[in-house]
Amino acid sequence: MDPGQLIIFLLKAVAVVLAVMTLAGYTVLAERKVAGWIQGRTGPNRTALPILGAIPVVGTFLRRLGVFQPLADVGKFLFKEEPFPGHVNKLYYLLAPALAFIPAMTTVTVLPFGQHDGAPLVLANLDIGILFILAVSSLGVYGIILGGWASNSKYPFLGGVRSSAQMISYELALGLSILPVFLWTGGTLNLHAVVQEQTHVWFLFVQPLSALIFLVALFAETNRMPFDMPEAETELVAGYNTEYGAFGFGLFFLAEYTHIIIGSGVFTVLFLGGWNLWLPFPEGIFGAVLSVLVFLAKVLCLVFFFIWVRWTLPRFRYDQIMNLGWRILLPLALANLIFYAIAIAVIDRVL
Amino acid sequence: MSRESQISIGDVVQRTAQFEEELHGERMTINIGPSHPATHGVLRLKVELDGEVVTRCEPVVGYLHRGDEKIAENMTYNQFIPYTDRLDYIGPIHNNVTFSLAAEKLASLEVPPRCQAIRVICCELARLQSHLLGLGVYGMDTGAMTVFMYTFTEREKIYSLMEMLTGARFTTSYTRIGGVARDVPEGWLGKVLAFLDGLEPVVEEIDQMLTRNRIFCDRTIGCGVISREDAISYGLTGPNLRASGVALDLRRDRPYSGYERYEFDVPIGSRGDCYDRWLVRMEEVRQSISIIRQAVEKMPEGLWYNDEARKIYVPPKSKVLTSMEELIQNFMLVTEGPQLPEGEVYFEAENPKGLLGFYIVSKGGGVPYRLKIRSPSFCNLSILPKLLKGVMVADIPVILGSLDFVLGECDR
Repeated sequence: MDPGQLIIFLLKAVAVVLAVMTLAGYTVLAERKVAGWIQGRTGPNRTALPILGAIPVVGTFLRRLGVFQPLADVGKFLFKEEPFPGHVNKLYYLLAPALAFIPAMTTVTVLPFGQHDGAPLVLANLDIGILFILAVSSLGVYGIILGGWASNSKYPFLGGVRSSAQMISYELALGLSILPVFLWTGGTLNLHAVVQEQTHVWFLFVQPLSALIFLVALFAETNRMPFDMPEAETELVAGYNTEYGAFGFGLFFLAEYTHIIIGSGVFTVLFLGGWNLWLPFPEGIFGAVLSVLVFLAKVLCLVFFFIWVRWTLPRFRYDQIMNLGWRILLPLALANLIFYAIAIAVIDRVL
Repeated sequence: MSRESQISIGDVVQRTAQFEEELHGERMTINIGPSHPATHGVLRLKVELDGEVVTRCEPVVGYLHRGDEKIAENMTYNQFIPYTDRLDYIGPIHNNVTFSLAAEKLASLEVPPRCQAIRVICCELARLQSHLLGLGVYGMDTGAMTVFMYTFTEREKIYSLMEMLTGARFTTSYTRIGGVARDVPEGWLGKVLAFLDGLEPVVEEIDQMLTRNRIFCDRTIGCGVISREDAISYGLTGPNLRASGVALDLRRDRPYSGYERYEFDVPIGSRGDCYDRWLVRMEEVRQSISIIRQAVEKMPEGLWYNDEARKIYVPPKSKVLTSMEELIQNFMLVTEGPQLPEGEVYFEAENPKGLLGFYIVSKGGGVPYRLKIRSPSFCNLSILPKLLKGVMVADIPVILGSLDFVLGECDR
């Protein structure tokens, strides 16, 4: 690989990472705005940038929309003093947020998010894309466990323990639920191939049960309501990140929202046909941009769904989550897998 | 072979026993509160955990102790009314009414029907205030944030009504011994009705959001069961007692302030679990709405104070400034307080949280000799050590939320 290519590749990577981080920041804003909308309040509408906010109509509109709020939040996270509780192990305490954040950002690399003249727009078009995503994203739990452990405090400890149990329970259902998809595509684990397979029919309609199990497991894996055991603010104060402040907390926060975006992205790729819209995209850069926009729109709809569920449903209890994971989702996912294995074999014979 | 490595069967048994003990692991003691999102104030629970299961729980109260009972001995009856605001500060105006009724019972004083009706409206508005917050935070404790916002928005409207009526949103201090501070302002009753019209759809919405929600049902049904016998022996009162199947409601059983004039049902639960406590409160909200409607409809004309109680109720300002007798009356009342006879009296009323009782010992004059407050929250909390034993950590907020206590009243 010559240096020029390397630089271009690095720039691409930085661009994607920045885009995802911005998206995560604005997902936080969306969460607050949608929460406000659901609860009959306004949400953040005060922050304004000095010059942009002063533009007569547009500035006021943007301010009311809360567009500048994430900037203020990031500024606050960056410049606040990093508090060190006296009772923590500093190395692990600092390592935990990074461990939570890195896997979340790493999964972005293999996620195709558009097409350019038939070729996928992706940082690394791995043949084992989905395996990579499953492997790396499940590493994120170590950050949470370590955060709970390193805090050397009781509430974070309980949060960390809950998190590990929950992650292990739902990882199985998550993995099993998507196997039928890859059986259908003929054994390839490449995500781009999955998207191409859905040019005409989304897998959501072919395998609704797989999609449902995957979605539920996704909620559990991203620690979202109604599965937000590790945080459970009325029980564990703030769960694993109780002892964190400033940027450490910011990283945990960002990791959580990145997980949601990546999770939605994976769901879109696997079940919502990626960027497919039943219409061929025009050639050239215009088609590429269009496909990315379609993909983003689908992802954002899912993110909205995540937010909607959070502000509507109550929270499960710890043992109920375990019950749901082991006694309902896992057998269901197994039955689903067997059903589609047989169905696909029969279809192959017949056709 | 050294001597140490020879192991007898007895040793093996002993070491297995040791090993088993180690297997059980340590128990963790954790403090929930006094500053914790689930404790609704400054309740502190010393909880011993075996994993996620509570093995022992010891509630520690008193972080909000202000010595209200002692303070009462140093001031006149009317001066103590603002202190009653701070007992159950979720529905303050009901405490005003209960205290005034207790003092009036001591003086064997009757208030005119209009005053009684105003007080009933106040009491039921306080019940709405309290139950709306109780239901909202209960929802929040199970994780449903939105219900809390809906109920809180409605509570805010009650505050505005209170502001119109009493001049203060929060600390109402509206009643006086022998009446209420002033008549209802013009148009206020209409606003109350308008508020009730807006409240009903919200109650329905909350009902739709949570009452039949599968997760909510799973969390609350069979959780924190208080048997009928336990509820009685621990002295539980109010919705918590009724949820356990005991139909005790002083508004119906020992009517005061003219409650006998209104028709309402007393909802009771069948299992005494958290879900029943939710249902009982939901139904009580509906009953309160109906009582206020009836009270507004039947609102009698007349005075809002007993004008024969010259040594107890301060005369109207217009008369004080024009008539000698009223001027002297005013002077005496302001300097020495309402003159209540000697005696002892205990009066309790059906507050939103349970039976709030005032035991007043009077040696005559304007100042109580001793005043004891029977606070429902304190008694309701006494069942916690029994109730929380064996539940999971996640059940603690749900059970606390379902008991709906307030520490201002518990600690006094």
